[in-house]
Amino acid sequence: MSDTALHATAGTDRAPRPRFWHDLSFWGLLPSRLLMGFALILPIFIIAAVSLATRGAHGGFAWDFNLAGYRQILFNEGWTGELEFTPQYLLIITRTFALAGATTLICLVFAVPVAYFISRQPPGRKAVLVYLVTLPFWVSMILRVYAWMIILGKDGTLPRLLETLGFPAGMSFMFNDGATLTAMVYTAMPLMVLPVFASIEKLDGTLIEASHDLYGNRWVTLRRVILPLTAPGIVAGAILVFVPALGAVLEPTLMGGGKQMMMGSLIQLQFGGGRNWPFGAAIAMALMALVMIFLIFTALRAARREALP
Amino acid sequence: MNIRHDVKRYPGLGPLTALFFVYLYAPLAVIVVYSFNANRVAGVWTGFSLQWYGSALHNAALMSALETSLIVAAIATVVSTLIALSAALAIIRGKNVRFRKLSETVVNLPLLLPEIVLAVATLILFSLLDIQNGMLRLTIAHSAFCTPFAFLPIRARLQGMSLDLEEASADLYANSWTTFRRVTLPLIFPGVFSGAMLAFLISMDDFITSNLLSTGGSTTLPVYIFSLIRAGTSPELNAIATLLILASLILATVALLVAARGARENA
Repeated sequence: MSDTALHATAGTDRAPRPRFWHDLSFWGLLPSRLLMGFALILPIFIIAAVSLATRGAHGGFAWDFNLAGYRQILFNEGWTGELEFTPQYLLIITRTFALAGATTLICLVFAVPVAYFISRQPPGRKAVLVYLVTLPFWVSMILRVYAWMIILGKDGTLPRLLETLGFPAGMSFMFNDGATLTAMVYTAMPLMVLPVFASIEKLDGTLIEASHDLYGNRWVTLRRVILPLTAPGIVAGAILVFVPALGAVLEPTLMGGGKQMMMGSLIQLQFGGGRNWPFGAAIAMALMALVMIFLIFTALRAARREALP
Repeated sequence: MNIRHDVKRYPGLGPLTALFFVYLYAPLAVIVVYSFNANRVAGVWTGFSLQWYGSALHNAALMSALETSLIVAAIATVVSTLIALSAALAIIRGKNVRFRKLSETVVNLPLLLPEIVLAVATLILFSLLDIQNGMLRLTIAHSAFCTPFAFLPIRARLQGMSLDLEEASADLYANSWTTFRRVTLPLIFPGVFSGAMLAFLISMDDFITSNLLSTGGSTTLPVYIFSLIRAGTSPELNAIATLLILASLILATVALLVAARGARENA
């Protein structure tokens, strides 16, 4: 095998490992490449093509090049073919960004103090608390959203609690952006606390003491020492929260009540009841582009930070 | 040192963290409490009752959804764990792996892209290939998005392990397969086990992909639960949800305990 020959000339200090490990690098990766190639990469190319196809008369699509899918994001085509600017889908994209951003910020505000407190506990209790933060993540997403429907909905826990406190009966907190946001924050919270905790735990405590020796109070120390040093964890948490939040489907569908859509629920609708596949594919491409831009942006920032002395 | 002057201590964090844990668990507790409510309307408490558990267990649609979910999750777990194991071995142990970083990204790809995009893309693929069998659609898609969840614990375990024992085995004239079976696999087994458990959970819990790909005869449990939620308050719903929450918590606990023990042995 050419691999073995390469090896002998490479002059490694170890004895060459059995041939098994050489073949392994090809055969071991083959199944994952085949599966991901078929079930992920191929479909992504197909959906990119479908976003440029023509809407079928009875759902589905026809392979005729057409930009109508993308045009529909901004313009509504009248009967005579005139284009009219319609902000409704732009509003959905804006809402998606705003809710995903708000989710990330709210999670961050609570994750930092909680992660800091957990990191200061003795090892045994620390492990238990980390486990307790992780646990709700493994409960089905649909049940974590449903729980908030019971709490906020009509006849829900919160309206009844407020009623006994003397507020008017029959209050409902459902079917608005606030309800969607509440469920999004709840489902995302563990994903923010864990990476922030991993970063804070590595923090050198003597640096905090040094900051105080130099007359920095707790607030200054938090802002100038703790937060900058935990930036990698904060960035990792922000990615883990923001990216799935951009693609949220269940939260807007169940909590927003159909009218307050996000990009994820809009895509789902086009492949279900709406049955406009090219438009749905175009929105999906837009969503994927937003995610990619965000990921590349954070990767570039991280690379630049590492490049600094 | 007087605790009041401990500069690393921020006042008020203890109560805040306690409130945080109440916030994490209270919504789940609400479902559990209502599942024991005798009244049909969830919000109105009229007394303790187990009747909804009884009627849930006799619900044929629920049982068939559970069966679908279990079959899909079992197949997806075996497939994704085997694929993740071989990929992890190749990436960590393989020599001269070209594009090592890229190969790892390919395995983790389902984590980087929004699930709804992958779900509709797979739906288009299956309709182009005319794959109408719901079970087949679900097992292929689930196997793909479960792979990174199986991969990460196995990779962590392999990376933390020294090569010494494997080399000793080779020195004792064991061939590669024997070395893998008798030395490598037992050592990484905690990682493989917790990876498989997490893959199983992710498959059982999935809604977005299953909802788009399932057909009439292949409704999974979360898709069935969604239809119950949509149909309005079904009194059985809270009992079903409670059982599912309990199952998830137990499985996750076992997976995390095994992974933690593995990490301690490695250290």
